[in-house]
Amino acid sequence: MSFERILFYLFAAILVFAALRVISSRNPVHSALFLVLAFFTSSALWILLEAEFLAITLVLVYVGAVMVLFLFVVMMLDINFAPLREGFTRYLPLGAVVALVIVAEIVLVLLRGFDTLSGGAPAPKPADYSNTRAIGEVLYTDYLLPFEIASVILLVAIIAAIALTLRKRPGTRHQDPGKQVQVRKSDRLRIVEMKAEPRAGRAES
Amino acid sequence: MIELLIILAKIILIVGPLMGAVAYFTYAERKIIGYMQVRLGPNRVGPKGWGQPIADAVKLMFKEIVVPAQSNRYLFLLAPVLSIAPSLAAWAVVPFGDGLVLADIDASLLYILALTSTGVYGIIVAGWSANSKYSFLGAMRSAAQVVAYEIAMGFALVGVLIAAGSLNLREIVLAQQGGIWHWYFLPLLPLFLVYYISGVAETNRAPFDVAEGESEIVAGFHVEYGGMAFAVFFLAEYANIILVSMLVSLLFFGGWNSPFEGIWGLETLFGWVPGLVWLLVKTSFFMFTFLWLRATFPRYRYDQIMRLGWKVFIPVTIVWLLVVGVAVVGDLPPWWG
Repeated sequence: MSFERILFYLFAAILVFAALRVISSRNPVHSALFLVLAFFTSSALWILLEAEFLAITLVLVYVGAVMVLFLFVVMMLDINFAPLREGFTRYLPLGAVVALVIVAEIVLVLLRGFDTLSGGAPAPKPADYSNTRAIGEVLYTDYLLPFEIASVILLVAIIAAIALTLRKRPGTRHQDPGKQVQVRKSDRLRIVEMKAEPRAGRAES
Repeated sequence: MIELLIILAKIILIVGPLMGAVAYFTYAERKIIGYMQVRLGPNRVGPKGWGQPIADAVKLMFKEIVVPAQSNRYLFLLAPVLSIAPSLAAWAVVPFGDGLVLADIDASLLYILALTSTGVYGIIVAGWSANSKYSFLGAMRSAAQVVAYEIAMGFALVGVLIAAGSLNLREIVLAQQGGIWHWYFLPLLPLFLVYYISGVAETNRAPFDVAEGESEIVAGFHVEYGGMAFAVFFLAEYANIILVSMLVSLLFFGGWNSPFEGIWGLETLFGWVPGLVWLLVKTSFFMFTFLWLRATFPRYRYDQIMRLGWKVFIPVTIVWLLVVGVAVVGDLPPWWG
């Protein structure tokens, strides 16, 4: 067994374990951290496939940004998961059906879609092969339209998320930083000229 | 086998001096801030206090690590590791000269961005697992701050990679050859400033140190840590400071290139100086600037930090990306064309 294969099985085992712990862990913060571990190990698997650009982007986007916000929310909310688990057995058949459908879909795609799977691992690329450049060239030529459509959809999602949460509440106070910076001493402070008071005699002394 | 040993030796050659630099950077910090505040700084251990970092290290190593009773024990002990691992791993792709690099990978800039963004987990996990209100506040502040500044940081780096046409740090430095007028700090001046200030914010340094905020929340996320666990957080923070300083010199100040290239007389006069020395001089300057900022500015108010990140830096970087794009396409001399 080659070293790469040992690494693959190691990372795959960690990935499956982490994914299972995401749904089986009782503490939501632990679940989120196991999800981070799952992202890391799947990124390692992608590096084994020589897809280093995608692997690093996965860590950058999901681990570096998405999961931080996720953890942020999970830590802030005081969720009690016991009531959420009550319907578990009742909905188990439905869940099993959904899982079976997903597995069947993945199997169909794997059987039909990828020729390289039957031919073993893809051939290693030459040393000067730039993964980043290859993706960029394909993305901005052959797949330009899908790429642009995806960006427009993301933009719509951003605007929708902001529009849903943006509401003008009456009575909020906010600061205008420009005004704060422009404040001069004379706006706030008045120096009063007055005669010094004669010193009052101290009672105790 | 031999290859593995060579790689191991290279790792030790990077991490060893880095740890030494961290130790004496803490000394420099106390000394410099001392002088800026008209004090002497540490001067008791050894001549002029040179032994102070070693004394500190010995003290921290022999202190007990107290784990709070109501804390989440495993995560509490895991947090310092999560904090230091990315800040050391990022050094794997940092080039110290042409070819002087542990892993010359194609997307090294992206790799560094990805790893520095994962460093925040150490802080969040530390703050949450300690089960203390102060640490939790520190962790929440840090999470929001890092997410805000990472976007500006990423956009600033996008500007650099548009300018150099590469994600590889070595090639970015090679694209800046030809003396001080070919470095990127001038055409990318707003991006340089945004990157450096975001770097200060990402490493939780003053004036952006609200995650620690000694005067408000005691010590923020590491309030419950003591001994070596506490020291590991500090090692990570200082390693990150040195990393940011080195990245600024690599990305915007020509890395190991001499500033006198192409200047008659001076070029041959300084021709004997090795590239590594130039890189270290530039890096030291930016490390000094970190201390200078800390001694100069009061802490930012939290809402102003958020405003600066989201409403000032991100628009500035987006506008300047367009400018850089036009300049590159238009072959603006002397940097392009």
